[in-house]
Amino acid sequence: MPRLPIPAGMSDAAGRSPLAQGALLALATAALLLAPFLVDALLGRAWVRVLDLVMLYTMLALGLNIVVGFAGLLDLGYIAFFAVGAYLYALCASPHFGLHLPFWLLLPAAALVAGLFGMLLGAPTLKLRGDYLAIVTLGFGEIIRIFLNNMNAPFNLTNGPQGITMIRPIEVAGVSMAKAHAIGPLSIPSLYNYYYLFLVLTLLVVFVSARLQHSRVGRAWVAIREDESAARASGVNTRNLKLLAFAMGASFGGIAGSLYASFQGFVSPESFGLMESIMVLCMVVLGGMGHIRGVVLGAALLVTLPEALRYIGPLQRWLFGQVHIEPSDLRLLLFGVALVVVMRWRPAGLWPSAIRHREFAAARATADNAVTGHRTGGSADAGSAP
Amino acid sequence: MNVGPEPLLRVHGISKAFGGVQALSGVSLEIARRSIYGLIGPNGAGKTTLFNVITGFIAPDAGTCTLDGRRLTGEPVHRVVQLGVARTFQNIRLFHQMSALENVMVGMHARSTAGALGAVLRTRRVRDEEARMEAAAHALLERVSIAAHADAPSGSLPYGLQRRLEIARALASSPKLIALDEPAAGMNASETASLRELIDALREDGTTVLLIEHDVRLVMGLCDRVAVLDHGQLIAEGVPAAVQSDPAVIEAYLGAPAAPVATAVR
Ligand SMILES: Nc1ncnc2c1ncn2[C@@H]1O[C@H](COP(=O)(O)OP(=O)(O)O)[C@@H](O)[C@H]1O
Ligand SMILES: [Mg+2]
Repeated sequence: MPRLPIPAGMSDAAGRSPLAQGALLALATAALLLAPFLVDALLGRAWVRVLDLVMLYTMLALGLNIVVGFAGLLDLGYIAFFAVGAYLYALCASPHFGLHLPFWLLLPAAALVAGLFGMLLGAPTLKLRGDYLAIVTLGFGEIIRIFLNNMNAPFNLTNGPQGITMIRPIEVAGVSMAKAHAIGPLSIPSLYNYYYLFLVLTLLVVFVSARLQHSRVGRAWVAIREDESAARASGVNTRNLKLLAFAMGASFGGIAGSLYASFQGFVSPESFGLMESIMVLCMVVLGGMGHIRGVVLGAALLVTLPEALRYIGPLQRWLFGQVHIEPSDLRLLLFGVALVVVMRWRPAGLWPSAIRHREFAAARATADNAVTGHRTGGSADAGSAP
Repeated sequence: MNVGPEPLLRVHGISKAFGGVQALSGVSLEIARRSIYGLIGPNGAGKTTLFNVITGFIAPDAGTCTLDGRRLTGEPVHRVVQLGVARTFQNIRLFHQMSALENVMVGMHARSTAGALGAVLRTRRVRDEEARMEAAAHALLERVSIAAHADAPSGSLPYGLQRRLEIARALASSPKLIALDEPAAGMNASETASLRELIDALREDGTTVLLIEHDVRLVMGLCDRVAVLDHGQLIAEGVPAAVQSDPAVIEAYLGAPAAPVATAVR
């Protein structure tokens, strides 16, 4: 199992001594605080930006993880909530309407509005399962994108395909994230500012996810994922809990979206297509569905990998004198290969939770037993009624 | 009509058709408090369908069910659980990726209150509730003799223990009535014997048991009263000895070639 620095605030399941835990925590804190400096020095400024994006996508992926990973509701239109958050921020903090509402107001508003959208789009899908749910959510995601694309007439709400530009950067307590600031001899560039802000919010999202997971609500979600009828028979109000999952997941997406809008300074509908939804879903699945650390790993990998592949172009020129394969082509190819490899050899994800790991091992064992004629427990019922 | 104390569960005139199949027609029965009530009948007689109607999974075409005088029919499943009816499934349905303990804790959902905000803030009240639930879940696992497997993923447990775990999960909602759908199906003799002890102990503790079972010996030995369904109709009802010698019952079973065998698994 790969060992990564454990984000602060997560309990340690590996049974380390308090001293070792403390040391690990100190190490992780130091690493997270120094990360932009180290990355900047070793890899260059462009990679600090990548680091910022890792944080953004981690929030986004953890939101989808609540819906898909915990509650098992396959949502293929999740990026719509990212869009809602992004456009809410863009409309309320740009020259488009001449508004510049403050960040501390817009961030909770984005969470709230996206959460409402989550419930709104979730409500009609409550009775749907599996593939049907996926198709309907896919449709909803596209509806939001097309709406954003077309709402420039008769009333120019979204400025259509051109999108909204000159979005105001975030200001926290009068400090603009877009400017460099001097702290003593240290100069903190804009990308660093965003890093620290995103880091705080990401840790918050991780914290909320972890708390939810190990709670009555989290257990009920997993129960719905595992067997909805059994969950109902256990007294779980599946309708309310599914709506809650949609709302919570969407609100994380909304938060990430509003941060994204101010970070980029620009939003347009094409950033919120189906491919983006699939990408976020891949982060969740690749890392280890339902396992927070796995999802963080998945987001980090899928954001950094394409950036790393950019070096393939110059590398080819250096080796062969010309570029044979465009890095962008290679990106999708490698992406597909990676998914196939992971699903073949690590079906529970790169970093699954311990119990999920054991479960997959047990499933393999029972599958082997079934061949040799041993009984297996718990066959799934095909019908909708038990 | 029974005279005597008010029954716990009253099923009145339940009918249900699936397309052309009349799965239940006008079934009425009453289950006394602290009794074990057996429901038998050939495959396809409508036993599971009656369970689904009582527990709210299926809306009947006609008829009502009441528990302690409160109407169950028309309530959503989770409300029925809250009102005091818990069930197990003919095909075991556990949450495979959760530990045995967590399965039981999910079963307590209807008897606990912590919401999302409480979960995130982890207030004192929430922590207390969580600790209480965990202790109670352990006690229930103890009760069905699988405490040693508390942390094992439920999907990895052997078959007989999965059945027991499912019963523990149902008990976790502190039901007045627990409905067990063929709990002994696929069990060997010793597993069946210990299941029998468990069901007996449930009654001792004041829980009423509704039991669908193919193993006639188990039913006759265990139940206070027995009802026999055939083609959706209640053809006999009474104490085991009387039902056993009822000509209609004998005919129903002789008419069905796959007579009551202990290993019948759908
Ligand atoms: N959800 C359903 N849809 C259609 N037909 C059903 C459904 N459930 C049960 N049936 C039919 O109703 C009849 C009674 O089934 P069931 O209650 O499962 O019988 P039992 O549990 O006594 O073996 C059978 O003919 C079965 O095929
Ligand atoms: Mg049945």
